[in-house]
Amino acid sequence: MRGGLAHGVLTGVFALFVLFLYGPTLTIAILSFQGPEGGLTFPMRGVSLHWFANLFQTQTVGDFGGSFTRSIALALIVTGLTVGIALLAGLAFRRRFKGATLLFYVTVASLIMPSILISLGIGLMFNIADIPPTWYGSALGAHLTWTLPFGVLIMLAVFNRFDRSLEEAGRDLGASPWQVFRYVVLPLITPSLIGVALFGFTLSYDEFARSVMSAGSDNTLPLEIYGMTTNVTTPVLYALGTLTTLFSFIVIGGALGVMLMLRRRRAR
Amino acid sequence: MIRTIPAWLQAAPLALVLGVFLLVPIATVVVVSFWDYDQTRLIPGFVLDNYADALGEGVTWKTYFSTLRFALITWAITLLLGFTVAYYLAFHVTSALWQMVLFQLCTIPFLTSNIIRMISWIPFLGRNGLLNQALQGMGLTDHPLDFLLFSDFSVILAFVHLYTLFMVVPIFNTMMRIDRSLIEAARDAGAGFRAVLTDVVIPLALPGMAIGSIFVVTLVMGDFITVRLMSGGQSASVGVMMMNAMSLLQYPAAAAHAVVLLAVVLLMVAAILRVVDIRKEL
Repeated sequence: MRGGLAHGVLTGVFALFVLFLYGPTLTIAILSFQGPEGGLTFPMRGVSLHWFANLFQTQTVGDFGGSFTRSIALALIVTGLTVGIALLAGLAFRRRFKGATLLFYVTVASLIMPSILISLGIGLMFNIADIPPTWYGSALGAHLTWTLPFGVLIMLAVFNRFDRSLEEAGRDLGASPWQVFRYVVLPLITPSLIGVALFGFTLSYDEFARSVMSAGSDNTLPLEIYGMTTNVTTPVLYALGTLTTLFSFIVIGGALGVMLMLRRRRAR
Repeated sequence: MIRTIPAWLQAAPLALVLGVFLLVPIATVVVVSFWDYDQTRLIPGFVLDNYADALGEGVTWKTYFSTLRFALITWAITLLLGFTVAYYLAFHVTSALWQMVLFQLCTIPFLTSNIIRMISWIPFLGRNGLLNQALQGMGLTDHPLDFLLFSDFSVILAFVHLYTLFMVVPIFNTMMRIDRSLIEAARDAGAGFRAVLTDVVIPLALPGMAIGSIFVVTLVMGDFITVRLMSGGQSASVGVMMMNAMSLLQYPAAAAHAVVLLAVVLLMVAAILRVVDIRKEL
């Protein structure tokens, strides 16, 4: 293949890939505006906000409001813990400590462990200990096993590329270890911490498999949505999907915006 | 303050969380897989019945076989697609800004709901979906094709849709670290597009391909929701089998399946690591 031809073909493949990624989501976004008589597929029978309104009347489709609030609360707790724990662990891995290699492998294992196994294990553990599973207890722990590896690996990558001479310079100027961290290290890694927070929030907010056995009697939003897929056959499902996806996009956009702002401020 | 805190203390929260919510649960699953049970409760003990039941049935073997088949097909497709996309981003997008923008474009769906992304295929693949309408409109078929939704086809399509990203990111990362002068040198030595690809890029991108493969294989092997949703309950997987046991409160049976699944997954990961050394990447 000559260069030009290869480039054209690859650009085409990439464009199709992006279409493949976003096309379905866009389709249900359009279909969620179906008229009241409309169904799950095209054609559109009018355009309305009927299904969004239907979503907020909720009695027929379960506890949307409650599960949404729980999922956001859980995601916020997970985000805070993930950022804090991953930052501390990142700082620890920069130095030698006993068991560092083992802890690293356990962290990686947490990432590739089948979710259903963790879900079952945590459910059984609480069952045997006779503690009722809750979204803010057992499910919180289950989510952390998924978000922490991402957080720790991001912090490891950040500190691998971190220029230690900047800290040296701070110390030479008489800064205490705390001041070096507060005024040198922290400002430099803040954009990465926002990245960790973004992963923590969105991964927890959408987590299904690890919540199944660990969330207890009160559903999180993904569990609620899963329940709906089996017994709801109207576009209200699409309305819910569109709203949660929109919510994710707002969170992602906000995080990327803050990162960009910080970078620009630093460039000045 | 930072220097005065010992490193092990800084690592302690991570170790604590993973100890309590990863290691203890795995140990619990292993222990419970040897327990007995009746309709209402777990009976602590040491019996091998759960394994005998799990491995003695032909259905189990068929289910494992079908799960492995899903994993292999998904792996092959995501590897090819992920490699192509990563290759395009790394070598054909020259502006660093565009590279970042397009890369983000590929990763954003990962941060949205998997279940919603699966549901989004219904208007495409259903009996009256867009694809069937298009095929009939073009006169390629005179009746709606039923195999598009709620079939192995739609399961694999959803897997590819959800998990190709796990290939793109690590492969892109390793490709970005390839020294561009190596490729220049190969070109100068007379290597064409294909020779550069097979003799320079692929060998150097192998660790990324291995990491992506580990992700995809473990995700598909442990999946139950994609198979359940996209096959409409018609296809089997180890995860679905486990969920069925759990919904019948047969936890020791589910635990035995979980242990076998874990063993199979670890063997597959070990096989990948034998072929490719990823330590430099970690």
